[in-house]
Amino acid sequence: MIRDITLGQYYPAKSIIHQLDPRVKLVTTMVYIVSLFVAKGILGYVLATFFLAMTVKLSKVPFRYITKGLKAIMMILLITVVFNLFLVDGDIVLWRFGFLRITDKGVKTAVFMAIRLIYLIIGSSIMTLTTTPNDLTDGLEKLLGPLKKIHVPVHEIAMMMSIALRFIPILLEETDKIMKAQIARGADFETGNLIQKARAMVPLLVPLFISAFRRANDLAMAMEARCYHGGDGRTKMKPLHYVSRDRMAYGLVWGYLLAMIGITWAERLYVTAFWPL
Amino acid sequence: MIRAEELTFEYERLDEEGNVESKKRAVDHVNLHIRPGKFIAVLGHNGSGKSTLAKHMNAILTPTEGTLWVDGMDTKEDDKLFRIRQDAGMVFQNPDNQIIGTVVEEDVGFGPENLGVPTDEIWTRVEESLSAVGMLKYRHHSPNKLSGGQKQRVAIAGVMAMHPRCIVLDEPTAMLDPNGRASVIRTARKLNQEEGITIILITHYMEEVVEADHVFVMDKGKVVMEGNPREIFSRVDELKSLRLDVPQATLLAYELQKRGIPLPKGILNNKELVDQLCQLKSKM
Repeated sequence: MIRDITLGQYYPAKSIIHQLDPRVKLVTTMVYIVSLFVAKGILGYVLATFFLAMTVKLSKVPFRYITKGLKAIMMILLITVVFNLFLVDGDIVLWRFGFLRITDKGVKTAVFMAIRLIYLIIGSSIMTLTTTPNDLTDGLEKLLGPLKKIHVPVHEIAMMMSIALRFIPILLEETDKIMKAQIARGADFETGNLIQKARAMVPLLVPLFISAFRRANDLAMAMEARCYHGGDGRTKMKPLHYVSRDRMAYGLVWGYLLAMIGITWAERLYVTAFWPL
Repeated sequence: MIRAEELTFEYERLDEEGNVESKKRAVDHVNLHIRPGKFIAVLGHNGSGKSTLAKHMNAILTPTEGTLWVDGMDTKEDDKLFRIRQDAGMVFQNPDNQIIGTVVEEDVGFGPENLGVPTDEIWTRVEESLSAVGMLKYRHHSPNKLSGGQKQRVAIAGVMAMHPRCIVLDEPTAMLDPNGRASVIRTARKLNQEEGITIILITHYMEEVVEADHVFVMDKGKVVMEGNPREIFSRVDELKSLRLDVPQATLLAYELQKRGIPLPKGILNNKELVDQLCQLKSKM
């Protein structure tokens, strides 16, 4: 059960999206999220849909695999839609029951909000599905590099992330082991109300924490023994270099954002010109 | 290669206000000299100070008293710290807690990355050291999917990639199954013979000591016995009083000697014992 929660669930495949520089993918995801909030009318969403569909197609990740990630946000999605549907004020009332009413504008906002959220999740899933966690941390370290000037410990943050990723499976396995050991001694993790269940976690968490600290201590010693001394004077085994396809991807992405701004602006002009209401 | 003079180390136990409550002497006036290219074993039961001694050789700990030189460099000098650590690599007991990379080859590259080795050379070093420990075909694997013995060999490769002159293995086999244990020791011996790297093996398994060039036996922080394995294993009573086991063949030979069978002292393995017994039989 715990094993399903994997950070950055990578889907191995050989596609152009997989081969892109992680920095490109990080920036693209950001730009795409921004573009979703720029879009206001139908045409904007058509463009966003087209861009997303193209990326999914190129990534060679099965669509079913991507939509699996959507299940997790179903609840949030539902709440957002319901709230928008009933609470947004509009001009034409479509349905009324007591104080509840649905307006044309409410429907529109609800639908767009749902699409926006779904696209947002799909967009970022594609990034994590096509990039190994290592590449992701490397990309992040390089992208945030300029922040070093204002004394943000960028290298240390990236190192912490990659160590965390390395130890997630080990600690999960350990949790499993401790759980079984405690069950063998009569611990009960299943029954009882919420408070009892939370209390049952104590004999699981205490040994887990102790072991995690011991591991951290060992690892720190092993890293020191191999001359680790922070990011200064360190070389990279796999340095990141932009190649032509990365530059092309950047061009496409910025072009897309410009097009989105253009379309949204044109749509607004059109609407105010013909439907001044 | 490594020389210790009157090396002493004390652990301090602090009370809640940070005052020294008690001191425990883990290493007590140890003198030793390890020559380059040798296969050295340090024996001792738990708490004999052997791991503490090992940590001095990599300058993770510095002596409370006395001095330890690695390749002529005093481990107390801060500016030589990284050269000492590069020169005397260290492999630890727990295979999981010393692998940093999420892919085998990235872990092996971690040491050279820290040393500032250029990218191209990192790759050649990674390949060389992975093939030296026989793990080249696992280079793209996740360390989590390897067996204990394989992980330890990756850890050895990680040290090898830093081009050390000496590797200190601190109970590398304590958490492994017999197969893994054999593969790690075989790898260490191979590196010693083929690459001429000084190996210092800290252990409490007698079988691993048999083929060492020189053995130090530690007890209560002191070096109590020293010599080649044959000399050490001929002193069965002393070893027993130090709560150390001797290999079965040695023990059997020793018991037979006590019953009056004229066997030579310090028999190390089954083959030697069988040979000696057969010789005796043919004389009868």
